[in-house]
Amino acid sequence: MTWKDIWTLSERKANGLHPVSYELLTRGRALADKRGARLCAVVLGSGVTEAEGKELIARGADRVYVVDDPALASFRVRPHAGALKHLVETYRPEVMIAAATTTGRTVMPYVAMQVYAGLTADCTGLDIDPDTGDLLQTRPAIGGNIMATIRTPVARPQMATVRPRSTPEAARDPSRTGEIETVQVPPEAMATPVRHESFEPDTSQEVAIEEADVIVAGGHALAKEENFGLLQELATLLGGSVGASRPAVDRGWQPYPRQVGLSGKTVAPDLYVACGISGAIQHLAGIQTAKNIIAINSDPDAQIFSVADLGIEGNLFEVIPVVLEKLKKEMESA
Amino acid sequence: MHIIVPIKQVPETSNVKMDPETGTMIRTGVESIVNPLDLYAIEAALRLREQLGGRITTLSMGPAKAEKALREAVAMGCDEGILLSDRAFAGSDTWSTAYALAQAIRKLDAVDLIICGERATDGDTGQVGPGIAAALDLPVLTYVCHLQPAEDDGIRVRRLVEGGEDVLWSPLPAVLTVVKEIAYPRLPTLRGKQKAKTLDLPTWGAKDIDAKAELLGLKGSPTRVVKIDKPRVSRQGERIRATDPEGIERAAERMIEFLRQRQLVSAQ
Ligand SMILES: Cc1cc2nc3c(=O)[nH]c(=O)nc-3n(C[C@H](O)[C@H](O)[C@H](O)COP(=O)(O)OP(=O)(O)OC[C@H]3O[C@@H](n4cnc5c(N)ncnc54)[C@H](O)[C@@H]3O)c2cc1C
Ligand SMILES: Nc1ncnc2c1ncn2[C@@H]1O[C@H](COP(=O)(O)O)[C@@H](O)[C@H]1O
Repeated sequence: MTWKDIWTLSERKANGLHPVSYELLTRGRALADKRGARLCAVVLGSGVTEAEGKELIARGADRVYVVDDPALASFRVRPHAGALKHLVETYRPEVMIAAATTTGRTVMPYVAMQVYAGLTADCTGLDIDPDTGDLLQTRPAIGGNIMATIRTPVARPQMATVRPRSTPEAARDPSRTGEIETVQVPPEAMATPVRHESFEPDTSQEVAIEEADVIVAGGHALAKEENFGLLQELATLLGGSVGASRPAVDRGWQPYPRQVGLSGKTVAPDLYVACGISGAIQHLAGIQTAKNIIAINSDPDAQIFSVADLGIEGNLFEVIPVVLEKLKKEMESA
Repeated sequence: MHIIVPIKQVPETSNVKMDPETGTMIRTGVESIVNPLDLYAIEAALRLREQLGGRITTLSMGPAKAEKALREAVAMGCDEGILLSDRAFAGSDTWSTAYALAQAIRKLDAVDLIICGERATDGDTGQVGPGIAAALDLPVLTYVCHLQPAEDDGIRVRRLVEGGEDVLWSPLPAVLTVVKEIAYPRLPTLRGKQKAKTLDLPTWGAKDIDAKAELLGLKGSPTRVVKIDKPRVSRQGERIRATDPEGIERAAERMIEFLRQRQLVSAQ
């Protein structure tokens, strides 16, 4: 049996599909069309509804494989990897992509190891050779200093994780048709002694930065924790969250989950406002896929200006209050 | 308690210079350091040993000079170091690296815990930790920000995941990958440094770990880097000076206009 079909690994939250699943379908659909292949979406979970399968079809899947088992209720690597490995060995996909989330970045290398597949992490670009089916995977490396293109010449499936929010969600077309197949995976393939005991939501911020549409980030220049109040105010007005550079986190002004960059989070908001951040390559590595970047910095030679769509050369403590004032007025009058 | 900490030696990338012609890194004069994120794994191991006793073995696969990384780990307080170095390992991708490290770990006795960094700052994949776990058929708990010995000879961890923290219990042996929040890495001690200077570090090759040659190095690696490009760094954006009151006024106005034009602000 040959390797065929393009697969996406859908991501589930407690009560249904996570929208990143539809971003994967955008990527997958483009690959499947170019290769003339089917696009199949995999859903692993407990209490998966038919509506979820239908939604994936409306968003571009030709076929949906569902594994519905209590062992998959919350994420533990062995049940998820066991189910995925079973599917891969049964149906043999040519390509399998997942989101570069904590789940995707855990289960994919586990499965890749066990089935001897090539895996490329955190891709920002994917393309396929229509004749050979070779996947061309592009990703930043060495702290964002280079972009590397990676191929998997022989081993199958070709596996990749892609950065969340690096592509739009697939639009829904309710007239699309496809099949939903529920697959029984032998329980021993999903057995694990690990217990998931609880999930404690982070209530400090409404939207985690990796999910935020807008991020207002502050750096070393903020000088103390209280000053982040200014950024929070701007973030709230723009419907976004606050992020920080490493020095701001190391000094305890902001918690680590808000750190942007190489040793923090990779983000891809519609708007990133960098305030008092110099733009070290390790910081830039985390914001490469931001759609719009505004930088406010008092140093005209700051590196951050080289990636900014709009660069404001000035003191953030003088500029931001005026922006806030105008923005408030603007929003009231509109 | 026998804890294994796989550490990687990486180029110090905070001021990396790139060859503008070839798009490759200029390696001459670039210092090699312990992957900064692996220091957190070392620290987590040291704290666990303080609580439970036992020993810590660090493991690094790389060229002969990676020995220095192991000595640094010993200077911080680790007990032993093993270097995996062999021409057969050259060009390994994450699959082959995880395979070689797992084979080496099989050779060690009574391993309870393997603690990896979240990712290496050069390859930046975070795949080796889960890969080792898969090769050894062990559970893996990734993105761990807190850990604690727990009942039934197990371990309880908190994982930093999207939107919060997951709490899990796992039996040992298990593989962990830890994030920065786990604990701030200590500095090497004088005594540690002295020990590091003289400690005998064995070097193991492919034969010593019973590795299959066809699964090692470039030959054993499923993936190939086929092209290296420079990222698009410049967005050629506009610049506005806000160094006097008038400038500030203009800059603020322009910023709001920018937000409006790109539909980044919605009037309520
Ligand atoms: C392995 C490794 C991993 C790293 N990972 C990360 C990471 O994940 N994230 C990260 O951010 N960094 C990371 N770093 C650190 C990185 O190299 C930089 O040191 C860091 O990004 C600098 O942060 P900063 O821009 O806030 O501070 P600085 O470089 O000190 O810049 C502060 C900026 O603020 C400007 N400024 C000062 N006062 C004002 C004012 N009143 N108004 C406006 N502007 C002002 C200054 O002109 C300057 O440009 C990493 C480093 C290493 C070696
Ligand atoms: N060559 C290596 N030698 C020892 N440990 C490694 C090596 N490569 C990766 N690791 C470990 O695996 C983690 C993840 O690395 P990576 O998957 O390369 O991002 C690192 O933080 C190390 O703990």
